Amino acid sequence: MLKFTIRRLIISFPQIILLSILVFFLGSLMPGDALSGLIDPTVPIEQIERLREQMGLNNPWYIQYRDWIVAMLQGDFGHSFFKQQPVLDVIGDRMLNTVWLSLFSAVLIYLIGIPLGLISGRWNDSPLDSLITGYTYLGFATPTFIFGLVVLLLFGYTLGWFPTGGSVGAGITPGTFEYVISKIQHLVLPSFAIALIGLVGTVQYLRSGIIETKQKDFITLARAKGVSEGKVYTKHIFRNSILPIAAFFGYEITALLGGSLFIETIYGYPGMGRLFLESISIRDFSVANVLILMYGMLAIIGTLLSDIILSIVDPRIRIK
Amino acid sequence: MGEELLSVKNLTTSFKIDGTYYPAVDGVSLDIMPNEVVALVGESGSGKSATAFSLMKLHRNARIEGQVEFEGKDLLKFSEKKMNNIRGGEMAMIFQDPMTALNPLMKIKLQIMETLKIHKTKTKSERESYAIELLSRVGIPNPERVGEAFPHELSGGMRQRVVIAIAIANRPRLLIADEPTTALDVTIQAQILDLIRELQGDLGSGVLLITHDLGVVAEMADRVAVMYAGQIVEIAPVRELFKDPKHPYTRSLLNSLPHEDQMGSKLHVIEGVVPALNKMERDSCRFAQRIPWIPAEAHEHNPELREISPGHHVRCTCYKDFYLKSDPSIGLQVEQQQMAADAEEVTKE
Repeated sequence: MLKFTIRRLIISFPQIILLSILVFFLGSLMPGDALSGLIDPTVPIEQIERLREQMGLNNPWYIQYRDWIVAMLQGDFGHSFFKQQPVLDVIGDRMLNTVWLSLFSAVLIYLIGIPLGLISGRWNDSPLDSLITGYTYLGFATPTFIFGLVVLLLFGYTLGWFPTGGSVGAGITPGTFEYVISKIQHLVLPSFAIALIGLVGTVQYLRSGIIETKQKDFITLARAKGVSEGKVYTKHIFRNSILPIAAFFGYEITALLGGSLFIETIYGYPGMGRLFLESISIRDFSVANVLILMYGMLAIIGTLLSDIILSIVDPRIRIK
Repeated sequence: MGEELLSVKNLTTSFKIDGTYYPAVDGVSLDIMPNEVVALVGESGSGKSATAFSLMKLHRNARIEGQVEFEGKDLLKFSEKKMNNIRGGEMAMIFQDPMTALNPLMKIKLQIMETLKIHKTKTKSERESYAIELLSRVGIPNPERVGEAFPHELSGGMRQRVVIAIAIANRPRLLIADEPTTALDVTIQAQILDLIRELQGDLGSGVLLITHDLGVVAEMADRVAVMYAGQIVEIAPVRELFKDPKHPYTRSLLNSLPHEDQMGSKLHVIEGVVPALNKMERDSCRFAQRIPWIPAEAHEHNPELREISPGHHVRCTCYKDFYLKSDPSIGLQVEQQQMAADAEEVTKE
C-alpha cells in the first residue's frame, strides 16, 4: 500500500516538470509581453529596451525558465502588472472561495448522487428508475448555465431564500460568526447548481455498476449463503459498484477546483474560473501562466489521488 | 417411503421471453434420500442448473410452480426470510466457476465467516477459528495465511476449495453441486471430486450433483437422472444406467463417449441442439427432432415417465424402437445415406 503510493508519487514528478516546461513555452508564444500595453506609448524605444534587459526578458529561454522556476520555488509567483499586486495575492482570495465552493459541490454531488444511483440501479427499469435516468439525460444535455439560471430564479428571486450574488454579504467583518453564516448562505445556490449537473455522471456510473454487479456469480453465492437482500446490496454489490466512482473522485475534485466559469459569472461569485478568463482577456500573463500551471498540477494530483483511492478500495490493484 | 430428504414434485420453472412465460424446467419430479448422491445429467440448456437454482429459489425473475419438499417442509411456500435460514444452512450450493464465485473485494476468511454468522450466532472469535478450521478441512495448506488473502491471490483449484468450505460451513443436509469441476483443470478435477465425496461421507448429507460429465457420474453417483429440454427422460441406479440405458438420449450420450476400441474412428455426435424455450413442441417427444431416422409412430403423444423395472423410469415409448445411427448392424444403411447426402452438400458448396 505504502510502496504503491510512494512509487505513484515518484512517477508524478517528471510529469510536473514536463508540464512546467510546456506551460512556459505556451506562455512565451502568446503575443506581447509584460511591457506591451502597460507603458505610455510616448516612452522612447531605447528605454523600453533597457527595461526589458533589466527584467531579464532578453535572456535566452532556459535562463528565463530557470529564473521562473527558482522564483516559484522560493514562493515568488511573479507580479500582476495589471493589478499591481503579487500574483499570489491575486489568486489567494479567489482560490479560497473556489475551494469552499468545490467542497460544498462535491458533498452535494455525492450526497444526492449516490442514493439516486443506488435506487436507480437496484430497481432498474422501474418507474422511479426511469424518472432518475430521465433526469440524468436531461442533465447531460442541458448547459450548466440553464440550471444555474433556473436555480437562481427559483430560489434566489421568486422564493428569496438565498442571496443571489457575491461570496459574502456587504459590510460584515471577517472572522465573526455572522461572516461565516453569510459565506455559507452565498455558497448554497452556486454549489447546488453545480451539483445538479455534476451528480449526473455519478448516478450513471453507480447505476450501471450496480446493474452489472448484481448479476455476478459471487452475488448469487452470497444469496446462496443466506445473506438477506438488503445486506447483499450493502455488503456485496455496493462496494463492487463504487469502484468507477472512486476512480473518478480525483478528477471530479480537480474539475471542481478549476472553477466553473458559467456558475461563477451567473452568481457573481469571485472564483478561479472567472479569474482565469479575466487574466487571459486582459493579457495578464503572469497570472494566467501560474493558473495554467496550477490546473495542470491539479490534474496530475487528481490522477494520483484517484489511483491511491482505488488501491485502497480494490485489493487487486495493490499488487503491481 | 416418507423418509426422503428432498422430494420434488412437478417442479416447473418458467422464464419470461417477450412477455410470455416459458418453462425451462417442465414438470420435474425427483427424490433424494439422506446420504444419497443423485446426479442430474444433460447437455447445456437442458434445465439442470435451472432445476438446482429453483430448489434454493435463487432465480431472480422466474415463476416457480410445483412442490419442493425439503425435510417435510414445502420450500416454495416459504418467505424470503425463512428461505435465508435454509440457504447456506441446511441446504448449500457449490458453484460452477470458482473464478467468479467469490467476492473480489473481501478476504477469504470473511466470506466464510459471513455464512457462519447468518446461521449460528457464534462469537466473532469462534467464527474466525472455525473458518480457518474449515479451510484446512477442505485441504488448503497454510489456512491462516489463505484466510487473510483475497480471491485473486488464489488458484482456481484453491478457490473452488474455498467455495466448498463455504458450502459445508453449516453442515448442510443437502448439498447441491452445480458442475463443480467444469471450470477446473483435469488434474484438479479428480481432487475436488474426491473432496466432495469425502465430505459427503462425513456429513452424511444428500448430494444433487449436476454435471454433463458422465465420467464424474460413474465415479460419484448412486442414482442418475437424465434431463433433456426441461424434462427428466430417464432415472436409474447408476450401474443400471450405464449397463442398460433405455432412452434414446441416454444411449446417444453414452455413445458419444470416446471408447478404447473406437480409436481412430470418428466420435459419435448427437446432431442438432436443444430446442429454444419458446420454439419447443411441448406435447410430443422432445428428443424426436434429433433422431429423425426413428419413425414418428414410435413416439407417444404427451410422453410419460414410466417405471419399466424397479427404480428405472423412462419417458416416451420411442426407446423400444430406437437404434443408434452408427450402430454397425442396423444403422449402417442410414448412416451411409446420411454420409452420401453430406458429401453431396460438400460438393455443392
